[in-house]
Amino acid sequence: MNQVRTHRRPLCFLSLFFLCLFGVATGQAQSQPPSVYAITYAKIFTLAGSPIADGTLVIRDGKIAAIGASVEVPAGAQVIDAKGLQVYPGLFDAITQMGLSEISAVSATVDSSETGSYNPDVVAATAVSPSSEHIPVTRAAGITEVLAVPASGGFDSGGGRATLGGQASAIHLAGWTADEMLIKKSAAMVVNFPEIQTQTFDFSTFSRKEKPYTEAKQEYDKQINELSDWMDRARHYAQAMEKGSVSKYDRDLKLEALAPVVRGELPVLVFADHARDIRNAVEFCDKQKLKMILAGGEEAYKVKDLLRSKDVPVILRPMLSLPEEEDDPYDRLLSQPAELAAAGVKIAIASFDNSFARRLGQNAANAVAYGLPYDQALRAVTINPAQILGLGSQIGTLEQGKLANIIVTNGDPLELMTDVKYLFIKGQLTSTENKHHRLYEKYLSRPKAAN
Amino acid sequence: MRTSIQRYSRQTHSSLLYLLYFLCFMYFPFSASAATPPDATVILLQNATVMTVSHGTIEHGSILIKDGKIAEVGQSIKAPAGAQVIDASGQVVIPGIIDCHSHIAAESINEGSVSVSSMVTMEEVLNPDDIDIYRDLAGGVTSANILHGSANSIGGQTLVIKLRWGQPASKLPFEGAMPGIKFALGENPKRSNFSIPGQPRRYPATRMGVEETIRGAFSEARDYKKAWDDYNKHVAAGEKNLIPPRRDLKLEPLVEVLEGKRYVHSHCYREDEILMLLRVAKEFGFKVRTFQHVLEGYKVADELAAAGVGASTFSDWWAYKVEAYDAIPYNAALMTRRGVIVSINSDSAEEATHLNQEAAKSMKYGGLSHDEALKMVTLNPAIQLGIDKRVGTIDVGKDADLAIYNHDPLSAYAVVQKTLIDGRIYFDREKDIANRADMEKEKKALTEKLKKAEKKPEEKKPEEKKPEEKSKPPAAAPTPTVSNASQGGAL
Repeated sequence: MNQVRTHRRPLCFLSLFFLCLFGVATGQAQSQPPSVYAITYAKIFTLAGSPIADGTLVIRDGKIAAIGASVEVPAGAQVIDAKGLQVYPGLFDAITQMGLSEISAVSATVDSSETGSYNPDVVAATAVSPSSEHIPVTRAAGITEVLAVPASGGFDSGGGRATLGGQASAIHLAGWTADEMLIKKSAAMVVNFPEIQTQTFDFSTFSRKEKPYTEAKQEYDKQINELSDWMDRARHYAQAMEKGSVSKYDRDLKLEALAPVVRGELPVLVFADHARDIRNAVEFCDKQKLKMILAGGEEAYKVKDLLRSKDVPVILRPMLSLPEEEDDPYDRLLSQPAELAAAGVKIAIASFDNSFARRLGQNAANAVAYGLPYDQALRAVTINPAQILGLGSQIGTLEQGKLANIIVTNGDPLELMTDVKYLFIKGQLTSTENKHHRLYEKYLSRPKAAN
Repeated sequence: MRTSIQRYSRQTHSSLLYLLYFLCFMYFPFSASAATPPDATVILLQNATVMTVSHGTIEHGSILIKDGKIAEVGQSIKAPAGAQVIDASGQVVIPGIIDCHSHIAAESINEGSVSVSSMVTMEEVLNPDDIDIYRDLAGGVTSANILHGSANSIGGQTLVIKLRWGQPASKLPFEGAMPGIKFALGENPKRSNFSIPGQPRRYPATRMGVEETIRGAFSEARDYKKAWDDYNKHVAAGEKNLIPPRRDLKLEPLVEVLEGKRYVHSHCYREDEILMLLRVAKEFGFKVRTFQHVLEGYKVADELAAAGVGASTFSDWWAYKVEAYDAIPYNAALMTRRGVIVSINSDSAEEATHLNQEAAKSMKYGGLSHDEALKMVTLNPAIQLGIDKRVGTIDVGKDADLAIYNHDPLSAYAVVQKTLIDGRIYFDREKDIANRADMEKEKKALTEKLKKAEKKPEEKKPEEKKPEEKSKPPAAAPTPTVSNASQGGAL
């Protein structure tokens, strides 16, 4: 049971088992990894129809070749007997600083936020370190792909919160190089939407500063004007590009990066939490005809009808957070996903973090505990983020032709005790071994100390 | 209206606050939830799955509570006349959760200006109106160890409280619990990750200096103790006209440590600094009661076990600083397997709301049993805080501090339904939900009042304001206190 064996070639059983336990991300040196796998006797949750109670899933050349109750195991396939196990699409963490930050307190290891306010031409994938220890640790939690997001706040931001933060990259959590990890280099443009801030924090005196509303509003208006100006210039630049007249002007990398944004091709990932800021952002994007994704959305419930009517999807912060206001219900953030989903707003749940990415499933489960239907919670960490980022035809469900990012678990992937037994990324059996487990093994076998 | 820093403080788990730990204390009348629950001296909890922690799980069990204590635990207990009967069918009762590392209910956290701040005490800054008390109650927490911050080699005095929401500060302390003192080792006391522009670095700046600071303080404390011992000896011998030694508020608590009257709870991360403090403790003849965080405790688990020191750690935090880079979620299990008493703590008002879930992770990472995992947030922290005769298990004679869930608490799907302290219901989810409409009404009424009060000055100088700006509740009006924790970090 639960063993890996090779169809007609029992010898490979051992080597594959070894690979599974100790192997590196994408196979052994100098040997080509197998390209055909069959996961058999599994309960398969496709998220594209009812679960298959006892099914087979065939992977060929990185993609799902066949899936169903009566699918033949192809000759030569590496077979994983998954009797008693469950198969799901790998989880998708739609906002992280993965690969961009190693130790958040050590600035030399942090590349998640550029300085300056308008950096539309910086691209996350450029700085993703494929050797980050966070990648295998996160993978072990069943997360197969993430969005690496620059200037996304949180503890790994290095303090910078550029208004135009740069381009977020969708990446697989496996690959020898950053290029191999890429799903989509430019998946969204980060916008930290300006806020009317009457309270600021002054680091030089370590104290809170109060600002009159009128003054804060003026600053806000200035920022909005600047942002509008960027969009207007980008639109002119894009028009010039279309007409082929751009060569008459100096090349502008920033405006070039914004061209797909103003054309409505590249979505803007707009960070906003307060209802007022969200409303302002929706209005701005509507006016500018931008394709908006809301990120954060702590008070999204207050504007759920607006979000629904404008078809703005939300990538929510972890539910395991305390409410904004002292007099908010204690479970305000825990019950929000249920409320938004019931109102017809498309939601994804994300970690907004790096070292806490592995709590993604836990957060989704907590949303279920406070009213979100289970299948919607599962979708909020698989197909929904994929669809929100325009990758829904490639990943997020188990369907023929999709990329084989798959987890095989011994239970509910959102529950705390569940283990990921096998994990596939781009159709390759990928190890869940990581720094934490290595240290565990090492110190488990420490001889008893002489005292 | 919130700065990005405030945002960090709300998402404690996703943006570890060792740099900036803001506790904003604002007063707001919580008439609904703050109301003292009616005193029922006899309560019978029925039909529950009772996880006693000490003697297994009783299906369809009952707990009889008399005068705040557990009077009987068993399968079928008859309701005495006049008892309030609570039907807990389909629910799971566990001992109230005990958080061995908390910073709730405190007006300030760090006296960071000196590296020995043993003269300050958390008891003097208890804030019974901190909403986080209620939020943690809603997470099943009944007792918490309120610690000073970690900016100092030797920090301030600590105390254990019960989360008696709605009671005055004087009613929060856990009666008879041993007082404690916070120590801190590594990056925080050496201030590696903090600097305030224009201010010179404070000594110590290395782990060598941290050790030296602690040894120096205890050398002084020894001399001070000797001076008092000598004086008391002479007084006892009947000598007259003696001049007592000058009282030293910094050294007094350290003498209490030497005399075993005050527990040492030491923040630490790396294996070398853990062993360092054990050596210093041996040299001066005191005991370390718990190591806090102790994220590399798994590397020196045998040494911890041999020293008889408790370990209170995080479930799965890592990589937020260099000394947390070797932190692993298997820490709790590895130390447990080598004989260390281990608890899982929060260090965060948010994390405390789901310590049950955090304890559960020790089953996944390292294969602890359900009972062992549950102990991590009940009996084990009780032992570490020396309050296990009163709380930590469901046994006859213990305080009726209980958390009631709708599900096995070692699951991400479990939600606390009720929390009891001393046999009184301090949190009731049903009532909380039922009260929300009234709360909303009260808030609106107060907002209206505020608007009217604000109108007068505005009449002279009309100002364009967005409606939302006006509808801010009074809670947000006072300037919030910026905790000193921001300078020292709590983790």
